[in-house]
Amino acid sequence: MVLIQQLINGLQVGSIYAVIALGYTMVYGIIKLINFAHGEVMMMGAYFAFIAASAGMPVWAVFAISMILSALMGVFIESVAYRPLRNAPRISALITAIGVSLFLQNLALVVFKADPKVMPTIIENQPIIFGSLRISNITIITFVVSVVFMILLTVFINKTKPGKAMRAVSEDKEAAMLMGINVNQTISLTFAIGSALAALGGILYGIAYTQVFPTLGLLPGLKAFVAAVLGGIGIIPGAMIGGFIMGFVETLTKAYISGSWSDAIVFGILIVVLSVKPTGILGKNIREKV
Amino acid sequence: MKKRFIASALVLVLIASIFTFAGCSSKTDEAETINIGVFGPTSGPIAAYGKAVVDSVTLAVEEINKAGGIDGKQIKLFTYDSKGDKTEAVNIYNRLKDQDKVVAIIGGTISGETLAIKELAKADNMPILTPTATSAEVTLGAPSIFRACFLDPYQAAAAAKFSIDTLEAKSVAILYNSEDAYSQGLAEAYKKSFDDAGLTTTNYIGYTASDADYSTYLTQIKDSNPDIIFLPDYYDKVGKIATQIKSMGLTQVCVGVDGWDSVEINYATQVEGYYFVNHFAKTDPDETVQNFIKSFKAKYDMEPNALGALGYDAAYVMADAIKKAGATDADSIVKALQATEYKGVTGNIRFDDEGDAAQKDIAIIKLVGGKHELVEKIVVK
Repeated sequence: MVLIQQLINGLQVGSIYAVIALGYTMVYGIIKLINFAHGEVMMMGAYFAFIAASAGMPVWAVFAISMILSALMGVFIESVAYRPLRNAPRISALITAIGVSLFLQNLALVVFKADPKVMPTIIENQPIIFGSLRISNITIITFVVSVVFMILLTVFINKTKPGKAMRAVSEDKEAAMLMGINVNQTISLTFAIGSALAALGGILYGIAYTQVFPTLGLLPGLKAFVAAVLGGIGIIPGAMIGGFIMGFVETLTKAYISGSWSDAIVFGILIVVLSVKPTGILGKNIREKV
Repeated sequence: MKKRFIASALVLVLIASIFTFAGCSSKTDEAETINIGVFGPTSGPIAAYGKAVVDSVTLAVEEINKAGGIDGKQIKLFTYDSKGDKTEAVNIYNRLKDQDKVVAIIGGTISGETLAIKELAKADNMPILTPTATSAEVTLGAPSIFRACFLDPYQAAAAAKFSIDTLEAKSVAILYNSEDAYSQGLAEAYKKSFDDAGLTTTNYIGYTASDADYSTYLTQIKDSNPDIIFLPDYYDKVGKIATQIKSMGLTQVCVGVDGWDSVEINYATQVEGYYFVNHFAKTDPDETVQNFIKSFKAKYDMEPNALGALGYDAAYVMADAIKKAGATDADSIVKALQATEYKGVTGNIRFDDEGDAAQKDIAIIKLVGGKHELVEKIVVK
């Protein structure tokens, strides 16, 4: 029974990682950029939600406002920080991403101050009880939201026109441009969706753990990155699987080994995966043509 | 040529001014005022701590002066902002001693800055009374340094005594922050009291500072079903944990420490019915306490916290010692401080051989409807 309860706890943590990892992996899949500022977009999303919720807006408005503002912010970041570096070596864009991440964190520190803000209760916590097991409705919402968005995203990329454009850009930017695809617009759209997903993760985090603070995105962002790599970075269902594995590993480590070991083991997994199967669980080995 | 003339003129003026200032300050010192210094971080991330202490000391000094000062002499207070920085604290100490010619210092507010000036104060035999520095080392082997607040092992023992005697707990789960010396020290001391009483600690779990999800630990605690839960951490963490305790459906009462002060501001419903130990209780009917709260509110338009209460007491204890010493030399003040027996806002203050507040009253507070309710005041042997 305790084990099952622990797995439920893992599901809650894992769902949040999965939602954040979706955006990570999507941006990487399309433009091959590890967007280290993703965790900070998540944090900003949580702050937007905090402001909207404090103003007494209804739940749907809180989600919508935060996701739209974060999407706009993602597009802005891309056009200011990443677009000028599109043809520069990949390492330059990566370092810029770290710079953006630090900038956003310190911006939040200046604007919102260091003390944690307490998120108003916008979703009442009503646990569902099965015998001695308890599943919080927030856990269920988080889980459902992450699965729904994974399916939506997969359908969007595989079945729609803008999705097709994304795949084309990801395969070959120049060729896509020659075929009449607006590359800049496609990449902007990618960032808009990725940032909205990050914000969603941030809102769910804020609701589940009641506090919003400037370094909120740091660790979940890093863990979502590990989840994305674990599942196979660039592959959308992989991010989901990676997120859940991370959640379970973390929870079980805390429960049966020790709390101080959980981060060490979680990041240890990244090292093992990278050395055994660098493309991740769902990754295929593609030989690069010379 | 002209430049050199101006330069030498300036030098002359400077030299002259040193004599005038020196002459003037020594005269006022001896004749009219008793100089006391106070410092703490009044800006920066922990500004709330320093502000509470400095504001309360200022208030206390005003009251003492209005009541006639010390034997007719007014107290002149010198306040400085240490920003919580160790180097800054040393600079402030030197300025207080050399320029402001203080006879005693109230401070520092946090342990780090107090430790920074410890060796200097020891060498100078400067009487120092820190209201709030909790590190055990602050007073160790420094005869001129005293402390007005109780130490962490003492409050942990008091929390344990209350849990065992009043709550009649037979088993406890301890959930602490393994990356924080304050939290860990309290957890250890509390567990020791429980072990000594022959009672069980069902869970002894350390979480990390970056943890946001405590459901794993709480599932374990729920499984072992202890009578109470001890949560030694600061209010922001406690609020988060209490929220998850409620959502996991744990019904145990939680017991906490002085770091809980202010938790009721944002988490009133989650901590309803929980207990914590503190330096003083705002709802204590005691006249000293209520008068302090009233005058603090009148002057600063906000409620004082425990740090403020300690700062206020420290100022009165220092004034009392100087009065009893009948002189302002360091030796007499230190001797008078050693013999202190003072009833303040935070209880009876007397010092042990180390200079620490001995057998202080601890207020047990119950959180009811977002307010502090005094349950009892206890003293641990």
